[in-house]
Amino acid sequence: MSSLNIPIYMDYSSTTPVDERVAKKMGECLTQQGYFGNPASRSHSFGWQAEELVEEARQHVAALLGADPREIIWTSGATESDNLAIKGAAHFNVKRGKHIVTVKTEHKAVLDTCRQLEREGFEVTYLDPMENGLVDHDQFRAALRDDTTVASVMHVNNEIGVIQDLKALGAICREKGVVFHVDAAQSPGKVAIDVEDMNVDLMSLCAHKAYGPKGIGALYVRRKPRIRLEAQMHGGGHERGFRSGTLPTHQIVGMGEAFRIAHEEMEAENERLSKLRDRLLDGIKDLEEIYINGDMEQRIPGNLNISFSYVEGESLIMSLKDIAVSSGSACTSASLEPSYVLRALGRADELASSSIRFTMGRYSTEEEVDYTVDLIKNAVSKLRELSPLWDMYKEGIDLDTVEWAHH
Amino acid sequence: MAYSDKVLDHYENPRNVGVLDKDDPSVGTGMVGAPACGDVMRLQIKVGDDGRIEDAKFKTYGCGSAIASSSLVTEMVKGKTLEEVEAIKNRDISDELALPPVKIHCSVLAEDAIAAAIADLKSKQQAKAS
Repeated sequence: MSSLNIPIYMDYSSTTPVDERVAKKMGECLTQQGYFGNPASRSHSFGWQAEELVEEARQHVAALLGADPREIIWTSGATESDNLAIKGAAHFNVKRGKHIVTVKTEHKAVLDTCRQLEREGFEVTYLDPMENGLVDHDQFRAALRDDTTVASVMHVNNEIGVIQDLKALGAICREKGVVFHVDAAQSPGKVAIDVEDMNVDLMSLCAHKAYGPKGIGALYVRRKPRIRLEAQMHGGGHERGFRSGTLPTHQIVGMGEAFRIAHEEMEAENERLSKLRDRLLDGIKDLEEIYINGDMEQRIPGNLNISFSYVEGESLIMSLKDIAVSSGSACTSASLEPSYVLRALGRADELASSSIRFTMGRYSTEEEVDYTVDLIKNAVSKLRELSPLWDMYKEGIDLDTVEWAHH
Repeated sequence: MAYSDKVLDHYENPRNVGVLDKDDPSVGTGMVGAPACGDVMRLQIKVGDDGRIEDAKFKTYGCGSAIASSSLVTEMVKGKTLEEVEAIKNRDISDELALPPVKIHCSVLAEDAIAAAIADLKSKQQAKAS
């Protein structure tokens, strides 16, 4: 079987293709022959059938989290969920305090939401992660104050794939009476979730990183003890008033089916992806001056984020044009700025190095990994051959001591 | 980012990559840019007895347009006198490579590299003359 599709997709943390099984189910909810009804229509079978499908999907999502289906609120995606969770909880609890704790390596959907709250008069503490990308538990505990109402920590980091210890952080939040929000956009199908065991109060999810469609997500909202939120979207009072707007049956069914499959196939898939990731790493590990970003143990199997020293990022991406990868995160890679996530890890050699995020997934193959290995080796060797900085490194010159003509 | 065919050609087949002896009095070396800015160019020119540039080499750390700009410059300067080379402006480079506005700075850097290499050469020649 030799059927390499160029470019090779190695960017599964940006988004995933919709699984055929999911697409089929979605297609059944669109046309006149299908379940096109409005799930909120109470007076006829079109509405009832659609509602049944929506509730079935809700069960699948809840099952993956170890939650009750009544704790799942449909949204348009993880960004909306993050906004609803953080703003909603911060606003609702404003009489108790106006302090929020989060981490510098969070997704922009969390960081920019916090910035907005700062403009509204809230105070936010942005914690530095440790060098491996993980949050120091003692530092986290120390950051929670009497007036802290919400703490937001992501489960799996989108750039470096590290997995935070939610159980430990959740226990601290519960003890301190702080609402614990988790952005888990990257988790489903990659790492087990149990909101009870982890004491998570709010959890943001989306479908499109787990082989479901774009434009649909969910927010888990704990019922016991009940977490109250101030709604951000007002209207028909859908989703128990948390989020108004007609439910998109096909999107929801797609997310439900995607999560059902993700839950079912996680173990086998993780084993397969671990092997592919090791194969990729083994293939390139003989290159000099490369560094892995983020902890290798507490990490999802499909992610490898590597810094290549003395190679400039844009030209590296250019010579890797046969593979689809990200430099930094997809949301920021157009701006040519070094990744804020890697900077937060305190990488000293950030200046003259470029980092590439390889993320593999359901349709990645050994053949694709082998092709990628050859491509990287050739590209890095070629660019270093072209690089005056590589020459200087080889001559033993410390680049930090050189006086550069800044322009 | 869409690159022009000329940028891609220079990027994929860079001309005159290499190093000349920087201690050779007939060689001028210009290194411009900074790692923090994302590009560093090193341009070297060697003048022959007839006062014309007989060889040029470069190495560049930077984006595709920066690599292409410096590769093109090595081709442009060969066979020219220093006066002719000093007349090369960034516009000549950016036009030839059809650089988009966000990449004009690469051609500016290449012009700076030429100036730096000539300055180095002249200071060597003065040192020799005095």
